[in-house]
Amino acid sequence: MITRRTALIGTAVAAVAAAAPALAQEQLAAAAAGTASADGLPHVKAKLVAPPAVMAHEQVATGGPKVVEFTMTIHEKQIVVDDEGTTFQAMTFDGSMPGPTMVVHEGDYLQLTLVNPDTNTMPHNIDFHAATGALGGAKLTFINPGEQATLRFKATRAGVFVYHCAPEGMVPWHVVSGMSGTVMVLPRGGLKDAEGRPLRYDRAYTIGEFDLYIPRDEDGNYKTYESPGDAYADTIEVMRRLIPTHVVFNGAKGALTGDNAMTAKVGETVLFIHSQANRDTRPHLIGGHGDWVWEAGKFANPPERDLETWFVRGGSAGAALYTFRQPGIYAYVNHNLIEAAELGATAHVKVEGEWNDDLMTQISGPAPIAV
Amino acid sequence: MRMPVRFIAAGFASAALVSFIQGFAPPPDGPETVRIAHASVAYREPGDFLRDGAPVNGPRREIRADTPFEIMKRQVTRGEYDSCVAGGGCRALDGGGDADLPAVGASFVDAMRYAAWLSGTTGALYRLPTDREWAIAAGTRFRDDAYTEVSDPKNPSKRWLALYDAEAAGEEAVDPTPRPAGAFGANERGLLDMAGNVWEWTSTCFVRHRTDSLTGAASEHENCGIRVAEGRHRAYLPTFIRDPKAGACSVGLPPANLGIRLVREERSGLDGLRNFLGF
Repeated sequence: MITRRTALIGTAVAAVAAAAPALAQEQLAAAAAGTASADGLPHVKAKLVAPPAVMAHEQVATGGPKVVEFTMTIHEKQIVVDDEGTTFQAMTFDGSMPGPTMVVHEGDYLQLTLVNPDTNTMPHNIDFHAATGALGGAKLTFINPGEQATLRFKATRAGVFVYHCAPEGMVPWHVVSGMSGTVMVLPRGGLKDAEGRPLRYDRAYTIGEFDLYIPRDEDGNYKTYESPGDAYADTIEVMRRLIPTHVVFNGAKGALTGDNAMTAKVGETVLFIHSQANRDTRPHLIGGHGDWVWEAGKFANPPERDLETWFVRGGSAGAALYTFRQPGIYAYVNHNLIEAAELGATAHVKVEGEWNDDLMTQISGPAPIAV
Repeated sequence: MRMPVRFIAAGFASAALVSFIQGFAPPPDGPETVRIAHASVAYREPGDFLRDGAPVNGPRREIRADTPFEIMKRQVTRGEYDSCVAGGGCRALDGGGDADLPAVGASFVDAMRYAAWLSGTTGALYRLPTDREWAIAAGTRFRDDAYTEVSDPKNPSKRWLALYDAEAAGEEAVDPTPRPAGAFGANERGLLDMAGNVWEWTSTCFVRHRTDSLTGAASEHENCGIRVAEGRHRAYLPTFIRDPKAGACSVGLPPANLGIRLVREERSGLDGLRNFLGF
C-alpha cells in the first residue's frame, strides 16, 4: 500500500523529472529503488473485451510506465451452460466467464474501478494474484450492491495471473460461480525465449476453464433457481463432493466451438492464455503443440519447448505460444478426455491455409485389409 | 391418436384369434399405421464415399417405394416400450419417462428387441424401416446430408473446414424434452413427428464406398456395428448407444434423442397367426 510518505516522495520525483525527456528512466530507477509512485504518470483507459478475445495491446511497451485504468461491472445472471438447457446462476466480472483479460506491462499500474450495481444480490470483491498485499486487493474492494471501489496496484511481476472474487466465507462458491479472469503483465520488452530472442504473436485468445457444480433433483434433472442465493445451499453440497457436473471453457459447453470457434491461419502464431481459478487442468491442442509454453504462466522464467500437453495448476493461468503449420479443425481440450468430451471442456480452432504434404500425407485411405 | 397400453396388452391374445376368424384382416390392436405406396423422394445414399481416396458426397437420385409398406403413424411410446419390459422382451430404459410420451433413450438393440416382442405378441411382423423406407415415408421431412461439394485431394482441410462451417450454420439446437405425439405435426403422408426431437433407428448399416476413377473399380465395406438413425439429419451410431449426446453425426448437432418407429410387413392374418403361434 502506498503510504503518505512514499506518495509524497513520488510526487517530488515526478515534479523534478516532469520536464525532462528522461522521465521513463527516472521512473524506472525510482521503481528499482522502491520509491516510485504512480503520481505524475500518464493515465490511459483500457477498453476491455469479452473472452476469448484479448484487449488491444502492445507486445513491446513504448514509453515508460503508465497507469492503466479499467472499469468492470459485476453481473449476476442466469445463463445456460450446455445444450440440454441446464441453467446456472452465474456471477461474473463484466458479464462474461471468464472476466475480460486485462493487459498491462511490468512496472505499469493497474487501476480498476469495480462496480456492484444495486440490481445484484451479493457483495463482491476482487483478489488479483498479480497484486501484492491486502489479499490481492480483496480487502480493499469489498463492495455491496449499489457500491463501487477503485483499487490501484503496481504490476511488479510479469506473467499471466488469475483474478477472482473472494468475499469472506464464500470464496469458493463465488469462484465456481464464474468470478475469475486473467491479468496479463507483459515484460516491457515483450516475450522472450530462453536465449532472450523475442517471441511475438499474431493473435491472443483467453480460455477460462470452469468446473461447475449444479444440483439435481431426485429424478436426476438439473435444478433451476431464481437467484444465486437460492442455489447456494444445494450448490455447496455438490461442491463438497468435489465432482463437477460440468467442466467448460468460457462459461458453457460449446462456447468456443461452431460459430464461436477460434480462428487462425497457417503461419500465424497464437498465444493461448488458459486460466483455471479453482482446479488443475491440462490443456492440449489436438494435432498441434505448444511451441513455447510458460506452464506456470510467469514470463521471467524461460518457456518450455515443444510440449504436447501442459499443466495449469488450479488457481493459476498458463500461456502457450503456437505457430500453426497445417490447416484444418483443431480441438483445444482439457486432456482429461472425460472432462473434454463428457463434461464440456472442448474448444475448436479453425485454421485456413495450404496443406503441407511434407508434414503429413495420407499414403493410403481406408480400404479393405490387404491380404 | 394413441392406443392405450393396457388395451393393447389385453388384446394380444385375441388379436390373432380375431385375425383368424376374420380371415385376412390385419391385426386390429397393433398401433396405427400409415400405408406408403406410390411415394418417392430425392434420396442420397448413406455412408462414406471415397473417390480416389478423397471424401465426396454419395449419389443422389429419386427413389420410389417398390412395394407398399405400412409404417407406424407415431413413434413407440414409453408406455408401449415398458409393456415390452414387463413382458420380458425388452431391457428397461435408463431413467423415468411419461407413458404417453415417445420412448427415448433406446439403442438399436433395444429397438430390435421391441420389434421382435411386438411381432410375437401381435402376430404381425414388425421390423425397423430401412433408411430408404424411412426417407420415402418422411418425404419433405427427409433432409439431404450433403452439406458441401468441396473436396480437394490436395488439401483435405478444405472439406473439413467447409463441413465445420455447415455444421455451425446449419441446424438450430432442438429442445430434447420429449413431447406428446403430434407436437411436431404431420407430414404430407400423415406421419406424426418425423424429424422432430426424437431420431428413429433404421436397419441400414454403415457402408464405406470406394471408387477409382482411373480403373472404374468400386468396392464397398459394410459395418453393421453402426446403423443409420434418421431425424432432422442423418446420424450414424453404434448399435448400443442409447444417449447420443456425445455426437455421432458427420455434420450437425448430435441427435437429441433416440426412439423407435416400426414398419409392419403386409402379410395375411393367417401368417400373423402362424407367427404368433410359432409354426
